[in-house]
Amino acid sequence: MIHILLSRLRQGHRTLPYPKGLPALPERLRGRPTVDASKCANTTDGDAKDGCQLCAEVCPTEAIMLHAGVPTIDLGRCLFCTECEAACPGGAIHYSGEHRLAVRDREDLIVSGGQEYRLAKALDAELMRVFGRSLKLRVVSAGGCNGCEVDVNVLQTITWDLGRFGINYVASPRHADGLLICGPVTANMEAALRLTYDAIPAPKLVIAVGACAISGGPFFSQAEQRGGAASVVPVDLFIPGCPPHPLTILDGLLRLLGKLGKSA
Amino acid sequence: MSRSQFLPILNGQVLPLSEIPEASLEDFRKTIIQGVHDGLRLVCLCADAELRLFAVLAEDAAQQLRVGRTKLVQASFPSITPHCVQANLFEREMAEQYGLVPQGHPWFKPVRFHASWMEGRDAWGRTSIPSPAVMDFFTVGGEEVHEVAVGPVHAGVIESGHFRFQCHGEIVLHLEIALGFQHRGIERALVGGPHSLSLKHAETVSGDATIAHGWAYCRILEGLAGVQIPARSEWVRGLALELERMANHVGDLGALAGDVGFLPTASFCGRIRGDWLNLSAAVCGSRLGRDWLRPGGLRFDLEPELAKQLLPRMARAWEDTQDAIELLWGAASVMNRFEAAGHVDEGQAREIGLVGVAARACGIALDVRKDQPFGPYADHPIEISHAESGNVHARAWVRWLELKESHRFLTEALQGLALTPVDPAPSPLPALAPSSLCVALTEGWRGEVLHLGVTDSEGRFSRYKIVDPSFHNWFGVALAMRGEQISDFPICNKSFNLSYCGHDL
Repeated sequence: MIHILLSRLRQGHRTLPYPKGLPALPERLRGRPTVDASKCANTTDGDAKDGCQLCAEVCPTEAIMLHAGVPTIDLGRCLFCTECEAACPGGAIHYSGEHRLAVRDREDLIVSGGQEYRLAKALDAELMRVFGRSLKLRVVSAGGCNGCEVDVNVLQTITWDLGRFGINYVASPRHADGLLICGPVTANMEAALRLTYDAIPAPKLVIAVGACAISGGPFFSQAEQRGGAASVVPVDLFIPGCPPHPLTILDGLLRLLGKLGKSA
Repeated sequence: MSRSQFLPILNGQVLPLSEIPEASLEDFRKTIIQGVHDGLRLVCLCADAELRLFAVLAEDAAQQLRVGRTKLVQASFPSITPHCVQANLFEREMAEQYGLVPQGHPWFKPVRFHASWMEGRDAWGRTSIPSPAVMDFFTVGGEEVHEVAVGPVHAGVIESGHFRFQCHGEIVLHLEIALGFQHRGIERALVGGPHSLSLKHAETVSGDATIAHGWAYCRILEGLAGVQIPARSEWVRGLALELERMANHVGDLGALAGDVGFLPTASFCGRIRGDWLNLSAAVCGSRLGRDWLRPGGLRFDLEPELAKQLLPRMARAWEDTQDAIELLWGAASVMNRFEAAGHVDEGQAREIGLVGVAARACGIALDVRKDQPFGPYADHPIEISHAESGNVHARAWVRWLELKESHRFLTEALQGLALTPVDPAPSPLPALAPSSLCVALTEGWRGEVLHLGVTDSEGRFSRYKIVDPSFHNWFGVALAMRGEQISDFPICNKSFNLSYCGHDL
């Protein structure tokens, strides 16, 4: 017993003070990209052309489209491999250390040069009344690589202590207020996912975590999967990444529940 | 039967297909059966669309592999499984993928429940797409026997899979595991490659073993392209693999503690695991090591300056790790549960071909880093960690010994890397050798990862086979449960901590 107490003293209190302060993130974290149209080779002579397609060509998940010659990046498809950044001769694409990525609408995941990124808005007043102080989530792994699950799970550790925000993962859909889905929804998980969704009492939320659950991710062209959670159930929150950093997931959950002040 | 028709090959070596003699089906079968009888291991057996069969035997004592091939004249062959249990899942997989029937297979069921890859040729004569886990499970009769079905969706953040227990009271008589829910078609996607997504597919075989699989994939490409990797880059790759091992072993030991209600270690390790993941993120930006490696070398290098910065961070993480885990061995309540659960005996472990931590916990000194050295492990060897008793405690203890050994390797690596300048960034690989075969093994934290690539006359993959350690080891979980209490399933399962997606591909 004395050894346990001594260890407890040595290990100390290690829960992050987030959201009061931001924890240190890896310097090389590949977060939200920015597109600077003025540096794109297709605009530098003033007229939009689409002669240079290098960024779109190297993207393994076809996340980059050229609009009037200027790239837009679909973060729902993006694996954050940064091949496009490396390929761009003018330096128009840059992956920043910005971890805030979650959105409410699928279209809001498109990063373009002009528009500001629309982060997830909080639930409306009625849903906030129901879920704002206690949100129980059922996690379903519907294919994928278990990478997102790893960082979803990590939020339960003492480092992040998800429970202090009133959010818990529960063992039955009957106990749940919503679904958290990882994976592209394999053909073999479609029925189980649907049944799990149906078993959750309404009103209910669905949260799609990771590129797979949003678009099929690296498996988007495989016939063995359905192309993400929205193919089976309506999705209320999209958290992109491959996998997203735990802070990105937590940021999304807290944004949905209106628990982040303007500064966070 | 001599092994002469199975050509010796080193881990990572390339052979032109023309140099591998095409054995008769009879000789092919006998060589495998006799080889495994003599103590070799069947590490890969697979088919391709042209009715060719390939087999790889590991001759660990001689630090080499043996590769053989044959060609079927029809879509069936006499099953090897009745004489060699290690062929069980491989043969069922060949049946499911290419519609090849292993006649006389005693346990002939699908593996992943997908449609045949060969149009119009289905090993079970099915005309509709199969539903997952719909099959005849082994059942035990008797009035007091009951059946417990668990999954595919589990009561936590766990991958999907189905477990069917035959129980008498609390005692499990038999467990059958039906997987395939996570099947997303990785091997099929790799055919015709390498594609721009191929490295991603390798990294996502099992996300917690990104480096183990990513590295194996890189070595297949480097082998087929005839490219040598600079020694320093190999050392960084080894460091990446050992960091992956540290994070997962720490996480597993914490989760085992949690499963027996010993919360101090469970809580500490949950956090400390993150400290190890963050060391990987410090180098490549991704906690799982995504995009760290690339064929030909590294995508993100570990500069001498960064190595110096990481040394004290790692020392702190190691201090916390030791402090948290040593508590386990002194807690009688933990030892009592660990020692009483999940026994697999050495004979059975050898027979079914267990690999990795699970094998080493049964006293089988088996480790690709030592037996089939690759990357930096010839110059910077590791000692094999093993235990004898084959139970949950042994699997936990082996992880602890491996943590110490990996920490030693990591310290040496960071100190070495702090003194040497980085290699130039890798240039794109030349074309892959046509009509050739390459086998690459790495030792991931769960165990042996095998990738096998076969190229066509254009140098594209005509077949790409992946064997995750979980493919060998799931049967071990079933054996570990025999005669045990069903309430011990979580701790038994966790002590293996196998991958569902690595099995399902």
